[in-house]
Amino acid sequence: MRMSPRVLAVLAGATLLTTACGGGSTTPSASSSAPDASASASAPAASPSGSAAPVRSNADLVIWTDELKAPGVKPIAAKFAADNGITVDVQVISADLQANFVTANAAGNGPDVFTGAHDWIGNLVQNGAIAPLQIGADKLSGYAPIAVKATTYQSKLYALPYGFEAIALYRNTAVAPNEPKTLDEAITVGQAAVKAGKVESALNLQQGDNGDAYHMEPVMTSMGGYLFGSTSAGDYDPKDLGVGKPGSIAAAKKIYELGEKGSKVLRRSISGDNSIALFASGKAAYLVSGPWALPDIKKSGMKYAISPVPGFAGQKPAKPFSGVQGFYVASKGKNQAFAQEFVANAMNTEAAMQSMYDGAKIPPAMNSVAAKVGADSPDVKVFVEAAKGGDPMPAIPAMQEVWEPLGKAYSAIIGGADPTTTMTATGKAIAAKIG
Amino acid sequence: MVATTTPTRPTPAEPDQHRPANRPAGTTTAVLAKVIGLGLVLGLAGTITPTLLGQERWAFLAIVWIIAALALFAYLGKGRLPAKYILPGTLLLFLFVVYPVVMTAKASTTNFGDGTRQSKPETITQIIASSVTQTPDAPRYTMTVATQASVTDGPFTLFLVNQKDNSISRGTSEGLDTVAAGDVTVTDNAVTSAPGYTILTPQQVNAANAKIKEIAVPTEKGAIRPLGIRQAFEGITTLKYDEATDTITDTQTGVTYTPVTSGDREYFTSADGKRVSDQSWLATVGADNYQRALTDSRIRADFIRIFIWTVAFATLSVGTCFLLGLVLATVLNDDRLKGQRIYRSVLLLPYAIPGFISLLVWSGFFNKDFGLINSLTGLDIGWFTSVGWARTAVIVTNLWMGFPYMFLVCTGALQAIPADLKEAAAIDGASGFTQFRKITFPLLLVTVAPLLVSSFAFNFNNFNAVQLLTEGAPFAPDNPTAGGTDILISYTIRLAFGAGGAQLGFASAISVLLFVLTGVIAAIQFRATRTLEDVN
Repeated sequence: MRMSPRVLAVLAGATLLTTACGGGSTTPSASSSAPDASASASAPAASPSGSAAPVRSNADLVIWTDELKAPGVKPIAAKFAADNGITVDVQVISADLQANFVTANAAGNGPDVFTGAHDWIGNLVQNGAIAPLQIGADKLSGYAPIAVKATTYQSKLYALPYGFEAIALYRNTAVAPNEPKTLDEAITVGQAAVKAGKVESALNLQQGDNGDAYHMEPVMTSMGGYLFGSTSAGDYDPKDLGVGKPGSIAAAKKIYELGEKGSKVLRRSISGDNSIALFASGKAAYLVSGPWALPDIKKSGMKYAISPVPGFAGQKPAKPFSGVQGFYVASKGKNQAFAQEFVANAMNTEAAMQSMYDGAKIPPAMNSVAAKVGADSPDVKVFVEAAKGGDPMPAIPAMQEVWEPLGKAYSAIIGGADPTTTMTATGKAIAAKIG
Repeated sequence: MVATTTPTRPTPAEPDQHRPANRPAGTTTAVLAKVIGLGLVLGLAGTITPTLLGQERWAFLAIVWIIAALALFAYLGKGRLPAKYILPGTLLLFLFVVYPVVMTAKASTTNFGDGTRQSKPETITQIIASSVTQTPDAPRYTMTVATQASVTDGPFTLFLVNQKDNSISRGTSEGLDTVAAGDVTVTDNAVTSAPGYTILTPQQVNAANAKIKEIAVPTEKGAIRPLGIRQAFEGITTLKYDEATDTITDTQTGVTYTPVTSGDREYFTSADGKRVSDQSWLATVGADNYQRALTDSRIRADFIRIFIWTVAFATLSVGTCFLLGLVLATVLNDDRLKGQRIYRSVLLLPYAIPGFISLLVWSGFFNKDFGLINSLTGLDIGWFTSVGWARTAVIVTNLWMGFPYMFLVCTGALQAIPADLKEAAAIDGASGFTQFRKITFPLLLVTVAPLLVSSFAFNFNNFNAVQLLTEGAPFAPDNPTAGGTDILISYTIRLAFGAGGAQLGFASAISVLLFVLTGVIAAIQFRATRTLEDVN
């Protein structure tokens, strides 16, 4: 969950303007869904931060995290420092944590511990940047199974999960009071509201001009499409690509029907820049987004409700991507003993997990914390359910070949390209790239 | 780092002929500046020497000291005036232009990128180390590290308290033996003191981690290994590397993995095509990256189209910005106009707003259903969905961002043109427009033409203008790599980083090719601008 530079800039620009292009949207934690996220810090002009590469500070334990998580990490780090009589430094890396970490770690001046999304694991492992954790199964029984599954890669646990996120369906209760049982029902209600002139958009499912495979996943899975099959060990199998297979073509046809040449529910003009802002200003009946949209929507004071994204009538249930956030141990950290101790023991407590939730507000992956938080906050409860009901985002390196082409195929189909040929050609192109 | 000194012998290069020839070099300030400057250079060189020695970066070390020696030679000696002026610039040119170009060229002959960041030995070590698997149902131990010798070098002994039955044992790499409960002090299920042993503090354990990590206490099922500072677990290393045959063997399944080439890298692969790990290693691939860039059918198909658009984009950007800037500058240069300053300040605003912000804001303006442009004009144009409109949008936005620069440059150039030339032309009966065409514009071009060339080169590689506005859109449904507004730089960055992780070696090769291309174009343009100098 990182604010994209695009959004930051729009936020900054929004003060200069009074246009409908508001700010406040964010990219999902899918590092790969933002194509530039995979670019290394040394890419020419690819890193908009323009700042020099971060350098580790000198302490007995150095933790790298981003602005959002820092308030949660700091109290745990302070306690760990006091308990062991050492110095712990939490450094906030403002941009491109993954690329900066990989570069710094390879040069031997990276952190000992860092936070990150689970879909980084494939890339981090192929770069030899992280060390596996040896946490017994009994010590992981308190977490949602999907969180442990997502952070386990090739039968090794690489991160201790603390939170997970998946997209759900927000509804504007002024025009859509009841929880829809199917996506068709939601669309019908939304379209009626558009006809009555109450809203401008029936359903905000952000795609933009270049598409967004992350937000389209519930539609894809409900129509029987999938991205990767599974190996016997439970990992995603890069050899079994679902793009271009019958399920994905059924999804493509559905997207075409809902697109600009069909019922115009899906439009390329609804993008990460305006999707949440339009909903929060009451201009949309439904919104497909994650927990990161909550602050903006709450701030607007509108009446809303959340439920997991339902499937289409008579089709399979919709399964969004679950993105799990966790703590990693760097492979070349200077203080590996403290790093292992911190992640395996200090972090793996209810108090630490509660601190992470209080600081970062990401739906907790530890069941006991989730139950406690969910009791006070029904929104979080829904998001925990949505994350549990999703599929872990693929962490295999092959996934990096999927995000962009698949997104572009979605946006082309919304714009009226032939669904069958587009999806088939995209599947072929991705398969060729994976090799 | 510039110290002024006066050579004792007046030379033609020296404008100041009024100083006595035997005066000692420099004033107090100059001497002080020289001492501080040279002291800094030497100090810096001395400071980084141990680090470079430690990392065995000999070439770097030599360069650092050569630079220091050059500085001493140039600024301490008498005379050598040209060197004093040329040295700083030359060094900076070398450090920030030549060196990166050389390093990029060097990187372009490797397969460096995601998955190939490390050497082969390092990769093998990591693959073996991360194959440690916990023995199922084996107990965990609360570990205390102790030594009878040095706390930094060991040899170390692990005192282990079984977390299941609280039995105490002592382990070294030789083996495990049981310890009677009375022989050691146990507090909170951890051994806190043992006669004849020094117990290590957490910091000492952490500091000696490299040595302690190596301890594997052999057991029936595997070995007990330290984990962190207080724990030990029983596990087994499932992979073994054999140097003689260059193979990795899985001791559990008996499968052997040998290096097999796939694309530009090698993986340890089994006979039935399974990889032991996604990790490959850094290797030199010669000219393969260049070959791929020049012969890849997909790249070739798109390259020509994108190259033409890149040239058109750079030409149109410079042309439109220059025209608008020139018109505004000429209009505002008239003394009869009131409020010149206010107008000029307002016109500079687009230039004052950071490009990142204005590009992203403009990208919102062009939104088809919710954007400012369509809602103000009542149009319903899908700005980024058709190639023509998207290109128009990119040019318009770039015009808005670029004209203030041209306006500034032209204003300066216009004010430098002597008024008497115009008066002479007016006396000869030239009208205002003829004056502009025959006198003002040619004189202006002499000053501005080189800037137009550099502006062209800048726009030729103006990554932000495309990436932040359209991200290359629109894309044909069957081609997700080359978009309608992509220019060479955004296209190649997508090729190198867009998918499949960072391919830094390949990207470097592309950079070198772009560098050559841009250089050639700029050289041609500079030749062309030379003819303008005949005006004077």
